[in-house]
Amino acid sequence: MNAQTSNVQQQNGAAQVAVPVATHAKVDTKGLPEKITIRNLEFFYGDSRALKGISLSLYANKTTAFIGPSGCGKSTLLRILNRMYDLYPGQRATGDVLFDGDNLLRAGQDINLLRARIGMVFQKPTPFPMSIYENIAFGIRLYERLPRAEVDSRVESALRRAALWDEVKDKLNANGQSLSGGQQQRLCIARTVAVKPEVILFDEPCSALDPISTAKIEELIDELKQDYTIVIVTHNMQQAARVSDFTAFMYLGELIEFGATETLFTTPRDSRTQAYITGRFG
Amino acid sequence: MAEHTLKRFDEELERLSATISEMGGLTESQFAQSLVALREGDTEVAEQVIADDARVDALDLAVQEQTVKLLALRQPMAVDLRMILSSIKIAAALERIADYAKNTAKRSIVLSQGTAPASAVAGIDRLGRLVRAALKDVLDAFAHDDVDKARDVWQRDEEIDQVYTGLFRELLTYMMEDPRTITACTHLMFMAKNIERAGDHVTNIAELVSFRIAGHGFDEVRPKGSASLYAAGSPR
Repeated sequence: MNAQTSNVQQQNGAAQVAVPVATHAKVDTKGLPEKITIRNLEFFYGDSRALKGISLSLYANKTTAFIGPSGCGKSTLLRILNRMYDLYPGQRATGDVLFDGDNLLRAGQDINLLRARIGMVFQKPTPFPMSIYENIAFGIRLYERLPRAEVDSRVESALRRAALWDEVKDKLNANGQSLSGGQQQRLCIARTVAVKPEVILFDEPCSALDPISTAKIEELIDELKQDYTIVIVTHNMQQAARVSDFTAFMYLGELIEFGATETLFTTPRDSRTQAYITGRFG
Repeated sequence: MAEHTLKRFDEELERLSATISEMGGLTESQFAQSLVALREGDTEVAEQVIADDARVDALDLAVQEQTVKLLALRQPMAVDLRMILSSIKIAAALERIADYAKNTAKRSIVLSQGTAPASAVAGIDRLGRLVRAALKDVLDAFAHDDVDKARDVWQRDEEIDQVYTGLFRELLTYMMEDPRTITACTHLMFMAKNIERAGDHVTNIAELVSFRIAGHGFDEVRPKGSASLYAAGSPR
């Protein structure tokens, strides 16, 4: 079960020489629209190369999970997808990340609009120090001028979408930070959903939550994928197995294996994937 | 393969593998002894086989307990998951094979008092040796992660089927020639069928060994006997 070179290498041809190409398990993606297409992506923190020749597709209305040991580049990859790295000097990405065909790495990309279309939920719940209502209305008002009644209904539908409405409908003016950790995380999801993005990035969304809150978030992810394309980075392999349709295993800045989740967790092709998911790593 | 970071997990998997090996060894011995009982007409050996079947059942139970515990506590993935799933099924197959051996032993007691045609008994013995050799080899394949050996066993089932078909016809001939042999020959016929079924379970184990190692059974189509098997006077 050694690393195999796939036909992707041939397609990309001379562009990549020293870069090992991920093993792509037999996976039927025919007919699946690609929401984001990543081609030969490289990322640098100063002189250090953190991502090496990543090529893969994120399919519309599917959940793709990224797994791998700490430092493998999975969070870096996620941060590229909404240009978060722009906030830091000395960080740069090369290659193509096509979002509905538009290279989101290109100069002149409207970053604010991009981040409205590609929302992100972080590891630690990050509610703003304002009311539950304002936490959500704030984002909506940034992008749209809407009458109060319409904002109200958008807030309610976002909270319903995040399965939080029933718990907070009687205390919308309470501070968002007064909620429990799991509720705060769902508030953040509601805030993300409220601006009607197309893609939602989850960076370790449950690592600070108890099992019940975790289950609620996972259920939510399953529902959200009907309307959004979901990308999740997680250290919890069982979580990746539970929520995702596709899984990508990364190691040392490389994409080692990408495939249908059920295939990757039962019959991985690459020996490193096997070692990692069975707990035989390092 | 590298070890798990969690040593306990390795120990538990090794214990499961050891339980399967022990169960395999015992089943092989039960099967061999049931053939001795038939060949020698030795009722003491037969009684021992019947009594020892409980030990095989106990090992089957142990495999079930170990696998349930591993699944619940370790959330196994990939090769570990396949190892555990195949263990449950291999244990079930071994348990069935041991049951067939017990049944052969029981019938051999009946036959030891009567007049079974000697050449038919020899035929059953020959069929039994083929299955026993296949069982031994598939257990070796299991112990040594040997897919090629497992495939070889899997392909040998054809020969077993052919010997069984020949034996079936031979027994029919005896019964037609001399109706007084019908009781004994019917027992022999059931024995032959049971041994042939045991061979099928050996084939299943061979596929499970491949599944555990490679993630799939054998891709190629197994050579099957000719259509004449289904002609009149055939066993199925």
